[in-house]
Amino acid sequence: MNPEAKSMLLHRKDLLGIADLSVAEIGMILETAETFREVSGRAIKKVPTLRGKTVINLFFESSTRTRTSFEIAAKRLSADAINISASTSSVVKGETLIDTALNLEAMAPDAIVIRHGSSGAPQQISRIVKASVINAGDGAHEHPTQALLDALTIRRAKGGIAGVRVAIIGDILHSRVARSNIHLLTKMGAEVVLAGPRTLLPEGLEQVIPAGTGSVCFAATIEEALAGADVVMALRIQLERQSGGFFPSLREYSVRYGLNQRRLALAKPDAIVLHPGPINRGIEIDSDVADGPFSMILDQVENGVAVRMAVLYLLAGGEKP
Amino acid sequence: MHFIEKTRLMTAADMNRVLMRMASQIVESNPDLSDVILVGIRRRGVPLAERLAQKILEMDDIRVTTGALDITLYRDDLSTVGDRPVVNRTELPGNITGKTIILVDDVLYTGRTVRAALDELIDFGRPRRVQLAVLVDRGWRELPINAEYVGKKVPTSEKEIVKVMLPEFDETEQVIIVEPE
Repeated sequence: MNPEAKSMLLHRKDLLGIADLSVAEIGMILETAETFREVSGRAIKKVPTLRGKTVINLFFESSTRTRTSFEIAAKRLSADAINISASTSSVVKGETLIDTALNLEAMAPDAIVIRHGSSGAPQQISRIVKASVINAGDGAHEHPTQALLDALTIRRAKGGIAGVRVAIIGDILHSRVARSNIHLLTKMGAEVVLAGPRTLLPEGLEQVIPAGTGSVCFAATIEEALAGADVVMALRIQLERQSGGFFPSLREYSVRYGLNQRRLALAKPDAIVLHPGPINRGIEIDSDVADGPFSMILDQVENGVAVRMAVLYLLAGGEKP
Repeated sequence: MHFIEKTRLMTAADMNRVLMRMASQIVESNPDLSDVILVGIRRRGVPLAERLAQKILEMDDIRVTTGALDITLYRDDLSTVGDRPVVNRTELPGNITGKTIILVDDVLYTGRTVRAALDELIDFGRPRRVQLAVLVDRGWRELPINAEYVGKKVPTSEKEIVKVMLPEFDETEQVIIVEPE
């Protein structure tokens, strides 16, 4: 139609993690998401772009935000979105992951969005289906669209990612959000500082994750991590994953690592506060911080729809590469 | 692919004259210019819409509202193009219901871009009327679409490409016909 229009070069079928994305691909997704934000502000919040495409949301773990966000993103692009949650599916009848995937594939979806408790489940499915597979969180491995929406939020607030100091506080060990964010932020040149109970900081993380043009390090105390931070990201204490006695009690965690006004004052005066949600008020974040003027927690949710629209458009928009 | 230049259709001075004529035709057919919005289709329609607005301002001392439309999400060939085209922002000024919209584009060819633009406009409101202004009409329509304001009508062959070059995107300002070598 317009022979001069520049084209996107996202030559991949799936989005499984940030680890295998290039800096250029991340930039492309963020640029596209930036323009999709406008669609959500229209009176008629729908464009015909993915008309006739089918997106299946296959969630083996509970989720409100991510599942709704993917569903809204698909619907705003005019795709048909179907939601399957494990508790109401044939999984409870004993069907294996592979069989579930093969059966869904037989119904010819264009994209499968999957959340699973086991790391690597989306990769496994992507190898046996023709549909684009989008990882919506797998075990403690990756949650790529969360890192992308965090990056969009940081970029909009700080004008860029390179050189920005990001403190990530909490349970790094179990957090796929932290892992995807560390990949993305270091690739884009940010300075990442991690802090939390020693038992929840994975040893050797610096060696596992190539730092790109940015850097990642552990701080000895939460105060040290917060000092001079441009962005403070509090992670949710995953109550469902704390049976291992990683810290004495929630009260103890809150006293030592909870994000409150006093601690936030150590960061830069214009530092923004992020949280992937759902928040545990009074545990990892105080209400006056979560609801405060520097909290961008709801902006993250808003940006999440735009990022997921961009990912669906770039992966399921045209012919398969 | 390499292209060879076949003909120069318009120089910068020709383009200026033609835009001046189109601007006066727009003024003539729209007695109430306060109701008119000039909406450029990205990319090259946008600076052309701005220029028409500028000419109208010089002529009638009225600043006509302008906007920009990105039709990427409304294209009918998305499932056949390999790479996903870059999506740009649509920027329409306020409510378009009841307004006269003049769509502005550089070249009118198959008419499919205009079809996409009409669909997108309708999603923003119900304009009183929609008109079309193009710098070059090169024929080969595939849809029943016509332009009210035409800078220059030229017969072309299907292999040829009409290139409108504007300083906003290119190094020179001219309209040329090129053909793949």
